[in-house]
Amino acid sequence: MAAPLLDIEDLHVRLAAGRAARPVVDGVSLHVASGETVGLVGESGSGKSVTCRAVLGLLPRGAAATGAVRVDGSDVLAMSAARLRELRRHHVAMVFQDPRAAVNPIRRIGDFVTEGMRAAGVPREAALGRAEDLLESVGIRDPRTALRRYPHEFSGGMLQRVVIAAALAGEPRLLLADEPTTALDVTTQAEVVSILARLRAERAMGMLFVTHDLELAAAICDRVYVMYAGRIVEAQSADGLFARPRHPYTAGLLGATPRLGSELPPRAVPGRPVSLAEAPAGCAFAARCAHALPRCADEQPVQREVGGARVSCLRAEETADD
Amino acid sequence: MAGFLLRRAGGILATLLVTSLAVFGSVHLAPGDPATFLLGGRSASPEAVAAIEAQYHLDDPLPVQYVKWAGGVLTGDLGRSVQFRQDVADLILARLPTTLWLVGYAALLIVLVGLTLGALAALRPGAVDRLVLVGTGVATATPAFVAAIGLVSLFSVRLGWFPAFGNGSGLGGRISHLTLPAVALALTFTGLLARVTRASMLEELGRDHVEVARSRGIPGSAVVRRHVLRNALGPITTVTGTVVAGLLVATSIVETAFGLSGIGQLLVGSVTVKDFPVVQAVSLLVVLAFACVNLLVDLAHPLIDPRLSHAKGAAS
Amino acid sequence: MTVLPLRRHRPSTPARLLGGDRLVTAALAVLAVPAVAAVCAPLIAPYAPDAVDLSATLSGAGAEHLLGADQSGRDVLSRLIHGARTGLLGPLLVVVVSTVAGTLLGVAAAWLGGAFDALLSRAMDLVFSFPALLLAILLVAVSGPGLTAPVLAMSVAYAPYVGRLARSAALQEKTRPYIQAYRVQGWSGWAICLWHLVPNIAPLVLAQSVTNFGYALMDLAALSFLGFGVQPPTADWGAMVNEGAAALLQGAMLPALAPGAAIVITVVAFGIVGEALADRVARRER
Repeated sequence: MAAPLLDIEDLHVRLAAGRAARPVVDGVSLHVASGETVGLVGESGSGKSVTCRAVLGLLPRGAAATGAVRVDGSDVLAMSAARLRELRRHHVAMVFQDPRAAVNPIRRIGDFVTEGMRAAGVPREAALGRAEDLLESVGIRDPRTALRRYPHEFSGGMLQRVVIAAALAGEPRLLLADEPTTALDVTTQAEVVSILARLRAERAMGMLFVTHDLELAAAICDRVYVMYAGRIVEAQSADGLFARPRHPYTAGLLGATPRLGSELPPRAVPGRPVSLAEAPAGCAFAARCAHALPRCADEQPVQREVGGARVSCLRAEETADD
Repeated sequence: MAGFLLRRAGGILATLLVTSLAVFGSVHLAPGDPATFLLGGRSASPEAVAAIEAQYHLDDPLPVQYVKWAGGVLTGDLGRSVQFRQDVADLILARLPTTLWLVGYAALLIVLVGLTLGALAALRPGAVDRLVLVGTGVATATPAFVAAIGLVSLFSVRLGWFPAFGNGSGLGGRISHLTLPAVALALTFTGLLARVTRASMLEELGRDHVEVARSRGIPGSAVVRRHVLRNALGPITTVTGTVVAGLLVATSIVETAFGLSGIGQLLVGSVTVKDFPVVQAVSLLVVLAFACVNLLVDLAHPLIDPRLSHAKGAAS
Repeated sequence: MTVLPLRRHRPSTPARLLGGDRLVTAALAVLAVPAVAAVCAPLIAPYAPDAVDLSATLSGAGAEHLLGADQSGRDVLSRLIHGARTGLLGPLLVVVVSTVAGTLLGVAAAWLGGAFDALLSRAMDLVFSFPALLLAILLVAVSGPGLTAPVLAMSVAYAPYVGRLARSAALQEKTRPYIQAYRVQGWSGWAICLWHLVPNIAPLVLAQSVTNFGYALMDLAALSFLGFGVQPPTADWGAMVNEGAAALLQGAMLPALAPGAAIVITVVAFGIVGEALADRVARRER
């Protein structure tokens, strides 16, 4: 089997020394193949965003990362600054959470869309021409005029389309989407998701879709990784996850989502999410878990295959038969 | 945009009107008889008193006096100096070049050094940042006249690199004579601009779009130029404008300290001997320059931040 | 919420970067020196400020005269100590007047709003469009040199800065529920402003005023240097620099440099304390 497009192996990230020093990602392994959409789901503080940004070599200032983050077989963590720029220009691109914050408010849209291409050496005219096509492909009307407008003249949803267009400018093979719909109005969320999904398919890119919305991830992804307190607790196909969550946390998340037409009211996962730094020695979810046994607090579960899913739960085999 | 311009121009006119009223009225607010006051309290011949009374139309009612005086100012008739027995306009014109050179030189130093130090401090946290902070902390606390004597004692007396006094002639002479005064004048404001630049750039450095630019493989220098420095320009421009606008009057201190014969020294000398026509004219000039520079800054702001120009409506 | 500040670049304030509380303590200790000198000048000064010792004229530092003597043979150290009186009294007056007037006007503008607010804002803009130094020079031209004209001019020039700050702080405070609660209870506007609003914005205004003290000291010293402040033979730092400047070319540095250093050190110390105070207020707000 050829090397996957993205292959994260046993990634550990520790934030800078000093008062804020703490681990945030602990032994994350995941992979994304070409043409595949993979979800990375977790609550805020679970480390999903750090994991996602590590793929671009964007770690918090002074943070230390160990393990490997391989894109097409080369390790991002070991790259020189020049190689990193090359990677960011041509191979991996990212769509950010809040388009208002992601786009420099005082530069024209054209500047934003072409900036990456210009840095890669594309002549101005050619870059502008390509930018026009890109804006058209994300459904912006009158792209030629749009290039000369400023961000504040666009709505949040339109601006996120611009961000997507800019991400595609370098013809990346891997697209990282970090909560791309969280900051948008509900009505535009669906549009942005469908644009992302369509463009990914058209361009046969791999996509790592980071979200806190398990249902959204299950709807558009082929496979889903669920993160809790800096660790991956469950990984399986989207359909399988939805039909048969193997980890109590995944089940809790699904149960907490309100559903139309459902007889059952949503049930919140009790307790509050913990960060990796404050997690106990054993399973980080133990304190909130309805199925926890005394040993769960001491013994860290090993990830293993249970009924087609990879799960990190000491009782995965027992609960699988429920 | 046009409405904004009109409002600003109106504001400047209002300022000048009030200023001219204050400058005009100050003669009458002063204790004693205006004619005696205008003669600087000197004992003068009846002819001289009559000449002053005629020149200032002191027999007319106050509003008429003001209109006549203001009309004279607008047509370039700034009156005659009591001290020099010369037209004030000529006195000012003869001294303007020195002062403008000094202001230009100092402004250049302030912008170049202030921006560089501020940017360095923002981009190099740690030792460089601390060094700049200490340096600018002392610089902003050093008044121009203290800087002047410090510079003279070091560079003129000890090292003999620069002359301590005088205007100098020719380009080279001008520059060598004006270097110490310009540095003395620039010191406080350089420190101020450096601090503002540092704070403004640090704020921009923390913004998401800077990180986004990096994530797209834009080289660090371009990120700083296009996204950090460019976005930090708003406060930097405001402070630069205020500082440069105030330089014209601040030259009075430096010109006195270095014995330069410019507008500032003319103002100080005229106040000391109560040569009121000169004081009035220089004050008006200073306020006019102050207002014009501030207008330029206001005009620059929409160019720096397009969100401030409301000419275009929101689209899409 | 997954907004992760990737550059944890808390713009730390200069005061904290340069040593925090220890620096502030040091600055306060430095400020105590001119303050004590001003209060106890006749007790601690080795000579009278205008005592002439012609044999010591332009002598450098020595046992007789620790900082030497000036052109007229007067002891520089004694004049420095006595000079602290006018040097600190002027800025103190400016700060007190501008703080009281600025707070009063700013709070009134915020509380009353409407036409009064608009009128006051116009008036403040007008003062802003007039260089403070020019205002002082004009006032001196009209009323003659001395402490009064410069202090008055600087008070007028500084009040709008305090006023603007007080106004925006009061506007924010005005919307807080506790103010509304007092209103509902039937307290008068005056009483609420005086007993509740002003005390709550006071720390912010005071931090600004401490910083202003240093600036006022610089401005007044500059006017004094120009000969517009207190008149000779009264000892004053700014005037001492002017008198000593002529001696520079004869190689005597101390008569001009000593008062110059006194000004710089005092202003630096005020800057540090003002910045630390502002920092503390900002942290409290958060």
